[in-house]
Amino acid sequence: MTAPATGRRRLAGAGAVVRRRLLVAVPVLAATSMGMFALGAASPIDPAQQYAGAAAFTTSEENLAQIRANWGVDDPLPVQYARWIGNLLRGDLGWSTSRHEPVTSVLAARAGWTLLLVGTALALVLVASVLLGTLAAYRRGGWFDRALRSVAYAVQSMPVFWIGLAAIAVFALSLGWLPAGGLTDITATGTDPFDVARHLVLPVTVLAISQAPWFVLFVRDAVAESLRDDHVLAARARGLPGRVVLFGHALRTALLPFLTLVGTHLPELVGGAVLVETVFSLPGLGAVTVEAALGADFPLLAATTLATTVVVLTANLLTDLAYAAADPRVRLDD
Amino acid sequence: MTDLALPARVRRLRRTGSAGTMVAVVVLGGVVAAALLAPVLWPLDQSAVDLSRTRLAPSPEHLAGTDDLGRDVALRSLYGLRVSLLVGAVAALVAAVIGGVVGAVAGSVGGWVDRALMRVVDTVAALPHLLLGIFVVAMLRPGLGAVIASIALTHWLSTARIVRSELLSLRNRPFVDAAIAGGAGRVRVLTRHLLPHVLPRLALATTLMVPHAVWHETALSFLGLGLPPHLASIGNMINDGQRSLLTGAWWASIVPGLLLVTATLALAVLTGRWRDRLDPRVRAELQL
Repeated sequence: MTAPATGRRRLAGAGAVVRRRLLVAVPVLAATSMGMFALGAASPIDPAQQYAGAAAFTTSEENLAQIRANWGVDDPLPVQYARWIGNLLRGDLGWSTSRHEPVTSVLAARAGWTLLLVGTALALVLVASVLLGTLAAYRRGGWFDRALRSVAYAVQSMPVFWIGLAAIAVFALSLGWLPAGGLTDITATGTDPFDVARHLVLPVTVLAISQAPWFVLFVRDAVAESLRDDHVLAARARGLPGRVVLFGHALRTALLPFLTLVGTHLPELVGGAVLVETVFSLPGLGAVTVEAALGADFPLLAATTLATTVVVLTANLLTDLAYAAADPRVRLDD
Repeated sequence: MTDLALPARVRRLRRTGSAGTMVAVVVLGGVVAAALLAPVLWPLDQSAVDLSRTRLAPSPEHLAGTDDLGRDVALRSLYGLRVSLLVGAVAALVAAVIGGVVGAVAGSVGGWVDRALMRVVDTVAALPHLLLGIFVVAMLRPGLGAVIASIALTHWLSTARIVRSELLSLRNRPFVDAAIAGGAGRVRVLTRHLLPHVLPRLALATTLMVPHAVWHETALSFLGLGLPPHLASIGNMINDGQRSLLTGAWWASIVPGLLLVTATLALAVLTGRWRDRLDPRVRAELQL
C-alpha cells in the first residue's frame, strides 16, 4: 500500500468518526437540555418574582402577570422549550437573573480564567504523572514505587477544597509565600501577568495534585504492564540501555490508553475547578456557577452546564482522533 | 507452599499486607462507630455556643480547639460525620433503588427499551457530576431533600449497569429455563428467581457508593448549596471554618476534613486489598 493512499484512507476514517460522534452528541445534548428544562420547570421558583426581587412584595399582581406574559412563562412547556432552544441555537443564551447581564457576556468574561486554570493544571498533571509513573514502574516494588502509591492513595481520599484550605493555611498564612486568593493584588489596577501568575500558583498546584493520583497510578500500571511485553523484552535482549527501553519502548505503548483516560477524566477536572475557584475566590466560571445556583439563575446555570457538556464531548472526540493517529492498529473506518 | 519456602521479601510483604488491613479495619470501624454512637458516648451539646471561648487552639480540654462560636471542633466533627454518613447512606439507597429499577427493566425487557435506557445512562455518565448536582440543588432550592435528590440523580448509573449485566448473564441459565417451563410468568421469574441472585452484588455496590455520596454532599455543603447551615455536616463545618482559617484558627476547617479523609482512606485501603485478592495477576505477583 502506498503512503498517500493510507493517508487518504485515514482522513476518510476521521470523517466517519466525527459523524458517528456527532450522531451520539446531538441526542446527548438534546436529552440533557430537555432534562434540565424539565427540572427548571418543576422548580418552585417564580421567575417574575425573582426578577422583581424585593419589589415583588410591593408590585401589584397585574405587573407580575405582565412580566410573566412578556417572558411567556405561562405558555405550554413544549413551546417554552422550543423557544429556549431556538434562542440558544441563534447564540442568545438569555438573561442572567443573578448577575443582571446577558449570559453571553458573563461567559465571555469568565471562561478564559477557567480555561487557564484547567489547562495549566492538566498540563502539569500530564507531565508529572508520566515522569513519576514511569519511574515508579521501572523499579516496581521499590521504595519510590511504594511511597508514590501510598501518597497517591492518600491524596485520592482528600477533597480538593480541603487540600486547598490546607495549602492556604500553610503557604499563604503561616509562611506568607503566596497570596491566599483572588486573581490580582487588591491594590492592582490592571491584570499584570506576573501578578496573575503568582496568584495562580496555589490554585493550579492544588487542582493538579488532587487530580494527579488517577493519572500517576494509571501510568505506573500501564508501564509496568508493557515492561513485560515481548517487544520490550526484545529491546532489552538487544542490549539497549535501560533508559531507551523505558522511555522509547515501554512508555510509548503504555501511553496510548492514557489518551482515553484524559478524555473520560475531564468531567472530574471540571468539578475540581469549580471547587478550587470557590476556595481561592477566582473569578472563573465555577465561582459564577455557584453564585448562579444560590440565586436559582436558570439561564446562566443551564448555559454553563451545556457549555461544559459540549467541551467534554469535543474533548472525547479529539482523544478518539488522537488515539487513531497514534496507534496504527486502530482503524477509524470500522 | 509453606511460608518458609518463600523469599524473605515476599513474607514481609504478606505480613505488612495483613497488618495494614487490620489497621484499616480498626480505624474505619472506630471512626464510623464513634460517629454513629456519638450521642450515646458523648451526650454533650455539640451546638452549644460559648462566645467567651472562641477559636481556642487545640488543648487537652478541647482536643481539636473551638470554632468561631466557641463550639468544640472535635465533638462537632463526630456529629458532622454522623450526619454526613446518614445522608450519604439514605442517598445511596435511593440511588440504588433508581438504578435497580432501571437496570431490572432494561435487563429483563431488552430490545429498544434496553437500548434507550442504556443511552440515558451513557448520557448522564458523560456529564460533569458536580455541575449536574449543583443544577439539581439550585432548581429544587438547597435543603436535605434537594441534596438527596442531587446525589441520587447523579449516582444511580453504576447500579443500573450492574443489575442489567447480571440479569443478562443470568437470563440463559438452566434454572431460569426450568422456571419458565414450570409455568412461571415474566414477573415471577424476575422477582423469585433472578433478583435474589442480583441482590448481593447490588448490596455491595450500594455500600461502596456511600463514600461517593458523602463526598458529593460534602462538596455541595462546602459550596453553601448543601444541608442547612445549622446541621453540622462535614462540608458545612469546612465551609464555616474558612472564616476562622483566615484568622489563623486552621483547626476549624482542617480537623473535620481530616476525619473524613481518615475514614475514606481506611475504606480505600480495604477495597484496594480486596480487589488485589480477587485479581489473579496481582496475586501471582505477590506470590512470586
